[in-house]
Amino acid sequence: MPRKQSSTWDHPTGLRLVGRYALLVVIVIAVLFPVYTTVVSAFKPSDKFLINPLVPDAFTFDVMREAWSSGRLGRYLVNSTIVAVVITVAQVVTSLLSGYAFAYLRFPGRRVVFLAFLATLLVPLEATLFVNFETVEDGLTLPLVGVTIPFGGLNSFQALTVPFLATAFGTFLVRQALLDLPGDLRDAARIDGIGHIGFIRHVGVPLVRPTLAALALFSFLSSWNQYLWPSLIINEADRNTVQSGLRLLSKSNLDAPNLVMAGTVIAAMPILIALVIFQKQLVRGLTAGAVKG
Amino acid sequence: MAVVAEVGKRSWSWRDLWLAIVMLFPSAAVLGVFIVYPLGRAIVLGQQRCNSFGTQCVSNGFDQYVDLFLSTEFQGALESTAILALITVPLGLILGVGLAVLADKHLRGIGFFRTAFSSTIATSVAVASLMWLFLLQPSVGALANIDWFISIFPTVKNPGLLQDPRTALPAVAMSSVWAGLGFTFILVTASLQSVPRELHEAAAVDGASGTVRFWKITVPLLAPTLLFVIIVLTTRAFQTFGEIDLLTNGGPRPGNSTTTVTYFVYGESSVIASDPGLQAGGAVLLFVILLLLSALQLRGLGRRVDLGG
Repeated sequence: MPRKQSSTWDHPTGLRLVGRYALLVVIVIAVLFPVYTTVVSAFKPSDKFLINPLVPDAFTFDVMREAWSSGRLGRYLVNSTIVAVVITVAQVVTSLLSGYAFAYLRFPGRRVVFLAFLATLLVPLEATLFVNFETVEDGLTLPLVGVTIPFGGLNSFQALTVPFLATAFGTFLVRQALLDLPGDLRDAARIDGIGHIGFIRHVGVPLVRPTLAALALFSFLSSWNQYLWPSLIINEADRNTVQSGLRLLSKSNLDAPNLVMAGTVIAAMPILIALVIFQKQLVRGLTAGAVKG
Repeated sequence: MAVVAEVGKRSWSWRDLWLAIVMLFPSAAVLGVFIVYPLGRAIVLGQQRCNSFGTQCVSNGFDQYVDLFLSTEFQGALESTAILALITVPLGLILGVGLAVLADKHLRGIGFFRTAFSSTIATSVAVASLMWLFLLQPSVGALANIDWFISIFPTVKNPGLLQDPRTALPAVAMSSVWAGLGFTFILVTASLQSVPRELHEAAAVDGASGTVRFWKITVPLLAPTLLFVIIVLTTRAFQTFGEIDLLTNGGPRPGNSTTTVTYFVYGESSVIASDPGLQAGGAVLLFVILLLLSALQLRGLGRRVDLGG
C-alpha cells in the first residue's frame, strides 16, 4: 500500500478500511442485482432462462434479435430520439428567448408575468394530461375567432412533442444565469451598438453555455423517460416511444419475460451510454433544480 | 441601433415591450395552452356527470369534488398512496444519504462505487419496473425459480409478492426506491462535496467522532438538499403510475391495494376509467393535494433550513 499508514479523519486504515470495502461491495451487489438478472435472462435461450436464472450457463443472441425486430425496439428508439431531440431543442430555444426577456428587457408587468410563469411549475403533469388528451385529439378551438388549431391528433409526433416545447423551469434557469453575468456586459454591448439578438448570439449563448447544456440534458432525459403521456395517446404500435413500446411489449408477452428483458436491455443502453459521457452536466442539471427549488 | 435612453420617469421602453412580447410568445403560448387552459378546463369538467359512454356531460355542482374526495374509492387510493410515500420517502432518503456518506471517502476505486450507485438514474420507470416484474413474477420470474430462495420465502412463488394484497404495495415500493436511488445519491453526493473539508478537519482535531460530525456538520449543511429530496420523493409517490401500470394494474383483484391516486385517475383498470367528469375531478384533487403537501413541507421544514436567501 503506497498510501501512508497513519489513520487520519477521512482516511480509514487497517480493519476499518477492509470493513468499509466489504460493505461497499455488498451494497453494490444488492443494487446491481436486478440489472444482473435482467442481462443474464436476455442472453439465455427461451427454454433455459428459467433454469438457474442467476447463472449465465448458456448464451444466445436470438432473443435480443427478436426484441429488436419483431418487438420493434429499433423503431421505438428512433421515435424516442426524434421526440426527445425536438423537445430538447425547442426547450432550449424558448427558454433562451423568454429567459432573456425577463433578464434584460424593460417592460410593464415584467414581475407579474414572470411570477405567472413560475406558478406553472406548481401544476403537476398529471393534472393537465387528461385535458391535453382531448386538446391534441380534437385540436383547440379559440373562443371569439372560432379558429381551430390542430395538434396532429392521437398517434402523431406533434401530439408527443407539442405540450412540452417550453418550460418555466428552463426560463427560470436561463434568466438566473443571465442575471449572474456582470451587469456592465449588456451596457458595454449596447454602447458598441450590439442589439438584443446580437447580444444573445455573441455574448449570452457562449457565456451561459453550461446552463444551456444542463438544461438540454435535463430536457432530453425527462422527455425520453415520459411514460404516461405516450401510453395515453399512442395506440398504433409503430408510433410508440421506447417507454410506451416497452409497455406494449410487456403487456403482450406476459409469458415470455426473457423477450421483455431483452427489450429492456436495448431500451436502457442509449441512456446508460449517454450518462457515462455527460456525467458532469447531469449533476449540474440535477443540482440546478435543488439549489433554488 | 440607437442607445435606448431612459425617457423621463418611465422605467420601460416601447421597443423593449414589443421585443418582449415576441420573445415571450412561444413559451407563453405553450404554457397557456397545455398547463393553464387544461387546469381551468379540468376544474370545470370535474363537476360534471357523464353517461356511461362518457359523453353528454352535465353540470353536477362543485359538491361533486367533495363526494369524489369522500368516496371509498378515492379514500382507498389516497391511503395506498400515503402508505407508498411512507415507505419510499424515508427509505429512499436513508439509503441515498447513507450511500453518499459511505462513498464520500478517499478510497481507491471509489469512482467505480459512485458510478454503480448512480446507475439506476439511467433506468426509466418502464425499464426499472420491468426488471422488478421479472424478478418477482411467481411462475416465470427469476426469484420464483431459485429453489433455495423459495424454500426460505415461499410467498415469492405462491401467491407471489405482487399477487398478495399484503405484500403488493411494499413490493412496488421496493421497485420505486430502487429506481430513485441514483437520483438521491447523485444529489446528496454533489451537496456533500460542497461541505468545507476544513469543518470536518477542525472537528476531528477537536476529537469529534464520525457520528458526531455526521449529525453536527453534515446533516445541517445538507438540510436544503434533504428538503428538496423529501419534496421530490413525496411528489413522486403521488405521481406513481408506471410502476402500478406494469407491476399490478392497481390490483391484486379483488381489491385495489396498489391503486394510487394517479393510477385511479389514469389507470386502464380503474373504476372511473370511462368517466371523464370523475377523471378530471380526480386530476384536480391530485393537483390540490400536491400543492398542499409542498406548502406543508416548506413550512414545517423551512424554519429549520437555510434556504440561501
